Amino acid sequence: MSDKFTVEIISPDQTILKQETSEVVIPSFEGQMGILNNHIPLITFLRPGIITIKAEGEKKYYVEEGTVEFSNNNLLILTSTAKDVANLDKSQINDLIQKAEANLNAQSTDKERYVASYKLETLKEISQ
Amino acid sequence: MPSLDDLKKRIKSVKSTQKITKAMKMVAAAKLRKAQESAEKGRPYSQKMQNIILNLTKSINDPQNAPKLLVGTGEDKKYLCVVLTADRGLCGGFNSNICKLAKTNFKKILGERKELNIITVGSKGHDQIKREYGKYVIKKFSFKDKKNISFNEADEIGKEIISLFNQNKFDKCIIFYNNFKNVITQIPQAQQIIPAETKNLKESNDENFSYEFEPEEDEILEDLLPKNISTQVFKALLENAASEQGSRMTAMDNATRNAGDLVDKLTIDYNRSRQASITKELIEIISGAESL
Repeated sequence: MSDKFTVEIISPDQTILKQETSEVVIPSFEGQMGILNNHIPLITFLRPGIITIKAEGEKKYYVEEGTVEFSNNNLLILTSTAKDVANLDKSQINDLIQKAEANLNAQSTDKERYVASYKLETLKEISQ
Repeated sequence: MPSLDDLKKRIKSVKSTQKITKAMKMVAAAKLRKAQESAEKGRPYSQKMQNIILNLTKSINDPQNAPKLLVGTGEDKKYLCVVLTADRGLCGGFNSNICKLAKTNFKKILGERKELNIITVGSKGHDQIKREYGKYVIKKFSFKDKKNISFNEADEIGKEIISLFNQNKFDKCIIFYNNFKNVITQIPQAQQIIPAETKNLKESNDENFSYEFEPEEDEILEDLLPKNISTQVFKALLENAASEQGSRMTAMDNATRNAGDLVDKLTIDYNRSRQASITKELIEIISGAESL
């Protein structure tokens, strides 16, 4: 039996990616989550972070939010903010970092602050 | 009988109108391809979203405590109608078809003595609806200056709907838009988005998984349902954009053809009256010569 499964990333305006893969790491709301073949059916949502898809070579996508469903060896990621990390340039990232920093202090609830702080962290990680 | 000069002027004006309609048809055809593509690309997202929600709904054991966005307030008194139309005219029956359907529904809702609130999207629809139902319109959106519709616009409308819902302004929400079937057929549709309609989906999907939820399913639903509203609005906007261009293309094609027919008819009239005046002059000359 092969150890591959399909991963799909779909945004409201297009299908960003559909391919076979052996492992995907997603930034689920309660922490990083690695998904392999034959995972049990799962529904969860994302916090800001990086989706890593391991096939031949690695692919990384930056996301801010999204919903994930895994069933029948099919991983479905619905998000409106996925961006290929390879296509992000420095100035774009710095822009986003500045906005995220300003945003962090403006949040009122714990949950919002949690999300905002992860966003900032991830962006800083990319920029290095 | 109009004079020769008048006919000439009319032919010229019809011809230049024909040029305009022809150009508009070409532009609509080009835009249609793009709009159709994005409508088709957008379909998977909303379908999959519906699927996930359906799967979540199945696993809810206690409908009493389920989120209100999903099951409704349990009442049926106040309605919110969102009418999605275009910002530009000259697209055949596109705007009027949506408004006609919406107005039939308004009449029914008011006839049952229920409360009605209207949100219009697109200036053309607002113009048509405010004549009769102006006092019910609580908000209007217009994306005239936007070239392409993106998810942000839909999100704006979605958030407005949800904030109204949280203020208990309505029990049921219906959106009106044109569904793009093909270039010549667009079907005006009324879709209820709050509470979510899950009946017809249930029959199509029998598979039953027991999902693992992280965090709890309530929390996921709370996060997902507002997104679903925006997604449904977005889908409607995309379908509408494609329908608008399709409808405009057909309308302009007809207009061009009609203008062509009119030019032919006017040219025949013109030639006839020119011939008549020549014959008249000849007769005058001949009879003048004979009398000498």
